[in-house]
Amino acid sequence: MAKHHVTTTINGDPTEFLCETRQTLLDCLRDELELTGSKEGCASGDCGACSVMLDGRLVCACLVLGVEADGANIETIEGVAQGEQLHPIQRHFLEEAALQCGVCTPGFIVAAKALLEKNPDPTETEARYWLAGNLCRCTGYDKIIRAVMNAAAEMRGA
Amino acid sequence: MGNEENQLRIIDYSGREFRHIGTRPVRPDGVDKVTGRANFGADFTVNGMIFGRVVRSPHAHARIKKINIDKALAVPGVKAVVTGQDFPQIDPADKAVGEVVVSYYDLSRNVIARDKVLYDGHAVAAVAATSAAIAERAAALVEVEYEVLKPVMSVADALKKNAPLLHKDLFTSGVEPKPEKPSNVAARTEFRLGDPAAAFADAEVIVEREFSTQTVHQGYIEPHACVASVANDGYVSIWCSSQGQFMVRSFTAKFCGIEESKVKVIPAEIGGGFGGKTVIYLEPLAVMLARKAGRAVKMTMTRDEVLRATGPTSGGIARAKVGARKDGTLVSGELELHYEAGAFAGSPVALGCMTGFAPYHMENVSCVGWDVVVNRPKAAAYRAPGAPVAAFAVESVLDELAQQLGMDPIELRLKNAAREGTQAPYGVKFNRIGYAETLEAAKNHPHYQIPLGPNQGRGVASGFWFNIGGSSSAEVMVNPDGTVIVVTGNPDIGGSRASMALMAAEVFGIDVAHIKPIIADTESVPFSMLTGGSRVTFATGKAVIEAAQDAVNDMKRRAAKMWDVDLAQVDWENGRAVCIESDQHKPLSMADIAAKADKTGGAISGKANINAKGAGPGFGTHICDVEVDPETGRVTVLRYTAIQDVGKAIHPSYVEGQLQGGAVQGIGWALNEEYVYDAEGRLQNTGFLDYRMPVASDLPMIDTVLVEVPNEGHPYGVRGVGETPIVPPLGAVANAVSRAIGKRVADLPLSPPRLLSIIDGK
Repeated sequence: MAKHHVTTTINGDPTEFLCETRQTLLDCLRDELELTGSKEGCASGDCGACSVMLDGRLVCACLVLGVEADGANIETIEGVAQGEQLHPIQRHFLEEAALQCGVCTPGFIVAAKALLEKNPDPTETEARYWLAGNLCRCTGYDKIIRAVMNAAAEMRGA
Repeated sequence: MGNEENQLRIIDYSGREFRHIGTRPVRPDGVDKVTGRANFGADFTVNGMIFGRVVRSPHAHARIKKINIDKALAVPGVKAVVTGQDFPQIDPADKAVGEVVVSYYDLSRNVIARDKVLYDGHAVAAVAATSAAIAERAAALVEVEYEVLKPVMSVADALKKNAPLLHKDLFTSGVEPKPEKPSNVAARTEFRLGDPAAAFADAEVIVEREFSTQTVHQGYIEPHACVASVANDGYVSIWCSSQGQFMVRSFTAKFCGIEESKVKVIPAEIGGGFGGKTVIYLEPLAVMLARKAGRAVKMTMTRDEVLRATGPTSGGIARAKVGARKDGTLVSGELELHYEAGAFAGSPVALGCMTGFAPYHMENVSCVGWDVVVNRPKAAAYRAPGAPVAAFAVESVLDELAQQLGMDPIELRLKNAAREGTQAPYGVKFNRIGYAETLEAAKNHPHYQIPLGPNQGRGVASGFWFNIGGSSSAEVMVNPDGTVIVVTGNPDIGGSRASMALMAAEVFGIDVAHIKPIIADTESVPFSMLTGGSRVTFATGKAVIEAAQDAVNDMKRRAAKMWDVDLAQVDWENGRAVCIESDQHKPLSMADIAAKADKTGGAISGKANINAKGAGPGFGTHICDVEVDPETGRVTVLRYTAIQDVGKAIHPSYVEGQLQGGAVQGIGWALNEEYVYDAEGRLQNTGFLDYRMPVASDLPMIDTVLVEVPNEGHPYGVRGVGETPIVPPLGAVANAVSRAIGKRVADLPLSPPRLLSIIDGK
């Protein structure tokens, strides 16, 4: 069967790719566009390692088909830093040692950024529930939550 | 307490102040890992590569009668199919003894089944095709004819008279006389101290209980993945994530019948392992497919495959008995463990026996372990393998003993704590250890003073892990600008680059930002044992310290040459060579020395290849507060504090992280995680939705206390820290729940339905 031609915007850049109907957005990002920052941990929407923004909405790229990206605006971990300028969430992840192996980190950063765009002043409980869709097996979440709360405070100018 | 308290504060037994050790710089590989640039196992591609897919058994126990690959091979795009017949036979006597005994014969049959499949998900064939989709389609066309056998799913099943046998040649080792008939019991092990049976007669209080736990998985977020390429001259390259590139090299070479020297393994970043990546699954399949196809082959597992066919660690039954005097003095202890090894012999039951009573000073102890094979995936190492289940049993009966004696559970442990000179049941006499200090810290922690509300309970439990040393290598290279590259052979699983850089910075006396640690492939650094056993910061760290010292010595010689003075006249201070007793010569920085390297003997480097001895054991004590909803059986963890003797924290943030992460894995083990099989032995919960690991909203902050009693076997006092933190939580959580509901819980996990039935007395 012929592949689909998808025209989309990824991290601000107009992007085109070909994909099979069955391919997920995650497959397309990783295998067709070499954007391997989004990770596959489960392919069932349970671990959040592939978190991306689709038209301003936080989604698991493994639960979206590549063809659904047509005409959409996609933001991935690769677009979070501006050149050498890290996003405050990225900086706080480093400063609070909020990663050990680091494979869940891109998903957490994308999800945390979505949280703070929606709710700049979350309580710890709100942050924990927002990030409940992202699994981390190394850290026990303590330092991740601290990094997100500290980034939120910095971004609010507090 | 005066003297002892002073001793507690000794941070550096060599009496030297640290400048870099103990600080918290940003990790050297950090930016790549927060921007998505870091390459993990599945992120690697090779030009022209094709895609492999494993054909897995749908049966828990069956004889393979016939495999027909014709239909799969006929699919356009399919380039190769392999089955067990394509792999060489391994000598059954070929074994390696490490943290657990590794039988290469068994492991090779775990990688791909030969005559029998032994668990749901056991690999029987593999297919490589030009796309992942074609490989998946073709895999479904591999026809395997099975004679389905009755599965053996539990210790009870396995021990039954006339139970089906997994292996007709398995005779229980460690029993006299040698059994005449094969069975599902692979081994009996025993550790004994004194005369426990007689000593129980002296006990004024005895507590005995049987406990059970279920199979749990390491749960690393990154599924196994690799790319293998075989050149026309037979040389093999493998890119993969693992806990040891040298382990992957030797195992793959052996299982494929290739000389080890013809295999090169290039380590990717590893997305979690916890012991589960100390063995291999995909690499030999990828190599044999690549060889047949003449193309590089990439293989990645799905989460379903990870849960069905890798890891896990043993579920089992643990019977613990303790006897004490009324003042709390322990007089005797017994532990009997039955661990499920999975499909092949080799559960960590011996390690459970060795660790269960290790935190306690006892004259009379008996620990007996039984290694039982069942039709579940072959157990792999999981963080302090074998210890958490044994500790769960021992720490639970101690808690019950404390309740019966009306004693504080920390006081009971303090009264019996192992100290320097204590003879452990497994044979060693402890050197200076910090177990009692963790108990003192727990007793004095604000957490321990907080009043509890209704339906709430507080649990305390301790744990022990050996920690290991072993062979490690390091090379340090001084760049022309005076900065340093530190090369080691151990995958960085949780921030070890940061600790390597800090230890090198301490030796050189330069800013850690000027040190770049890298992890080399198997042809660019001498052999190092894998990342496991909590050994890297201890053993590889020791190699880095010695290699850096070697480079410092070299730079002192260069400075002596540059100044034309005796070597004895050169000292090293804060990253600079200084001339003793002469102010004619201005100190030389590393950049000054490196800039003139070609005039003083060429490039500057240092190296150390060591077999590190003197690993210091780790002890931890955890406090857990829970609230139980009596209507639903749901347990909420309210507060959690993990306290551990860490020797010396090189990068305290990552040490805290080990304590927090281990504690939470243990909380998951205690509360929700378990393998659920149907009557035919098929795994029912093959995804993260229902293999329920803890998420952020399940947990509070995890408080930590780093007690630092230096290990004299390491120049900076380091003890391994990674594994100990998963030993206490099962007991800590269970003790908290038991106290909250007023009934002793003995079966994990304490998932809502199970706990509700205990509360309701069913």
